[in-house]
Amino acid sequence: MFEGLSTRLSGILDRLKGRGALSEADVQEAMREVRRALLEADVALEVVRSFTDKVRDRAVGAEVIKSVTPGQMVVKIVHDTLVETLGTEGVAIDLQAVPPVPIMMVGLQGSGKTTTTAKLAKRLFEKQKKKVLMASLDTRRPAAMEQLAILGKQIGVDTLPIVAGQSPVQIARRAIEAGRLGGYDVVMLDTAGRTHVDEALMVEVAEVEKAAGPHETLLVVDSLTGQDAVNVARSFTGRVKVTGVVLTRVDGDGRGGAALSMRAVTGKPIKLLGTSEKMDGLEDFHPSRIANRILGM
Amino acid sequence: FTKRKLDHATLEELEDLLIQADLGVETAARIAGALSKGRFGKDIAPDEVRAVLAGEIEAVLAPVARPLVVESATRPFVIMVVGVNGAGKTTTIGKLAAKFRTEGRSVLLGAGDTFRAAAIEQLKVWGERTGAPVVTRPQGSDAAGLAFDTVKQAQEAGTDVVILDTAGRLQNKAELMAELEKVVRVIRKVDAAAPHAVLLVLDATTGQNALTQVDAFARTAGVTGLVMTKLDGTARGGILVAVAAKTGLPVHFIGVGEGIDDLEPFAAQDFARAIVGLDEG
Ligand SMILES: Nc1nc2c(ncn2[C@@H]2O[C@H](COP(=O)(O)OP(=O)(O)OP(=O)(O)O)[C@@H](O)[C@H]2O)c(=O)[nH]1
Ligand SMILES: Nc1nc2c(ncn2[C@@H]2O[C@H](COP(=O)(O)OP(=O)(O)OP(=O)(O)O)[C@@H](O)[C@H]2O)c(=O)[nH]1
Ligand SMILES: [K+]
Ligand SMILES: [Mg+2]
Ligand SMILES: [Mg+2]
Repeated sequence: MFEGLSTRLSGILDRLKGRGALSEADVQEAMREVRRALLEADVALEVVRSFTDKVRDRAVGAEVIKSVTPGQMVVKIVHDTLVETLGTEGVAIDLQAVPPVPIMMVGLQGSGKTTTTAKLAKRLFEKQKKKVLMASLDTRRPAAMEQLAILGKQIGVDTLPIVAGQSPVQIARRAIEAGRLGGYDVVMLDTAGRTHVDEALMVEVAEVEKAAGPHETLLVVDSLTGQDAVNVARSFTGRVKVTGVVLTRVDGDGRGGAALSMRAVTGKPIKLLGTSEKMDGLEDFHPSRIANRILGM
Repeated sequence: FTKRKLDHATLEELEDLLIQADLGVETAARIAGALSKGRFGKDIAPDEVRAVLAGEIEAVLAPVARPLVVESATRPFVIMVVGVNGAGKTTTIGKLAAKFRTEGRSVLLGAGDTFRAAAIEQLKVWGERTGAPVVTRPQGSDAAGLAFDTVKQAQEAGTDVVILDTAGRLQNKAELMAELEKVVRVIRKVDAAAPHAVLLVLDATTGQNALTQVDAFARTAGVTGLVMTKLDGTARGGILVAVAAKTGLPVHFIGVGEGIDDLEPFAAQDFARAIVGLDEG
């Protein structure tokens, strides 16, 4: 991910870097190119707008244009604004709460919730020695519960026994109760995929939230998402208290614009990256490292 | 509504509208450019602008709006379904099976996703829902072998249609794409003309990456047609316009939900109007 964007942006910025003098028109022209590169990387239009506006405002300041190395100053401004957009610091999954700590996964259909649930459970169990219970609240998709149960066996993490006929809210309550009785540190709740315009399902996820009181609610988003990322971000954060974002399929060759959009629109940190279909394909997100990668620094 | 001069600012707004529907910068500029031809500087009502814009998009899409033709003379007619992870392949297979069964055809499903947890169980549920038997092998088995068995079994039983599920794979993974090539090769050992259709499933929420998905899957699996899923959300799937312009690959169906009947034939005009925000609600 990000390679395509990186090539484009560094090309534009390299041309600026060497410049001895820079007019306002030069900056405008460069921003037009940056805009295009960002859009081709699927960064949401509104995020692109605010990004280029910010850079332009900062860059046409008199000090920059009159400085000896204006090009390099603009490059620095782009870099800093990019880091600002992605979030400055990496933020880890927070388990500072009374156990069992509930973690809820939400998102569109097929975004990678179930896979990420198991990956995160594996990491908490293996690296942080936590006792984890996973529960599938997906009563809709065929074999969704079996999927989580199979993954649980594969990674050696318990899953809540499947009881047919229960509602997601009932399962959530049962999971928390089982977590308490069983002395678990963490209870992971994998919810069904839903489109944010499906009102009944959005009400349902809010009810699950109320019943389970998740300490972390992670919005799982496909990094190949296009302009719809803003709608997803806005709708989910409007209905449940999202605490972080997981970007999946980062192992693809997408240009990763969703990373910029999600952070900017939700205001929530990207906490994790999904980097394969396999259970160890989960990485922490480091904004400044990604910004450097995007700018080829 | 008051008319407004079609100037640079208006054109830019229209381009932005198209960009937000995922047409991509280049295609958006081209469509907006086509609109402005002969109209630039003239007064035009907002609704008229959208209608003309929809017309331009429809002109690109109309040639690719072609139904999936399942020849009855070809038995079994083998359909293979491919795409990236989570795009909606298995669900689309379930919907297709239902459609063929309603048309009175016999259907055999092949659980070719031998990788993902419970992928086989998922397809089995769709088999039960549609009354289509499912050929399976344990998780972790060779996908090509499963495909071979399925086509062979259909041949022997005189089944009308075979639909083969495949594991989701990202198009930049050479090894997984090579595996897909192998599946095709092995199917041809049973029937040299098969697979008779290779459907690539595209998720409407996907942005510009769909272009390289089409490229790569067309190259390795010989894609014959497209299905776009998840159009029941807010994503407009505008990348299809760029794909149509570039490849001319037929678009057969759209997915508009998770239910068994949520599959519709692709209609260029409806799709174009939805992209520009006409016909809403
Ligand atoms: N390459 C890759 N594939 C992934 C990643 N995360 C998930 N997947 C795959 O994406 C597909 C969908 O993943 P799921 O975990 O089932 O997605 P989901 O959000 O639970 O789907 P629903 O429950 O149907 O909404 C599967 O084929 C996964 O193997 C990732 O980071 N990289
Ligand atoms: N809203 C909506 N959801 C859909 C549609 N088509 C499929 N889905 C959902 O998307 C998710 C993934 O669908 P699958 O059919 O499992 O996708 P897949 O491509 O087979 O996934 P993998 O085998 O894991 O690569 C499931 O939750 C489906 O119910 C659609 O048209 N609209
Ligand atoms: K997706
Ligand atoms: Mg799931
Ligand atoms: Mg599948």
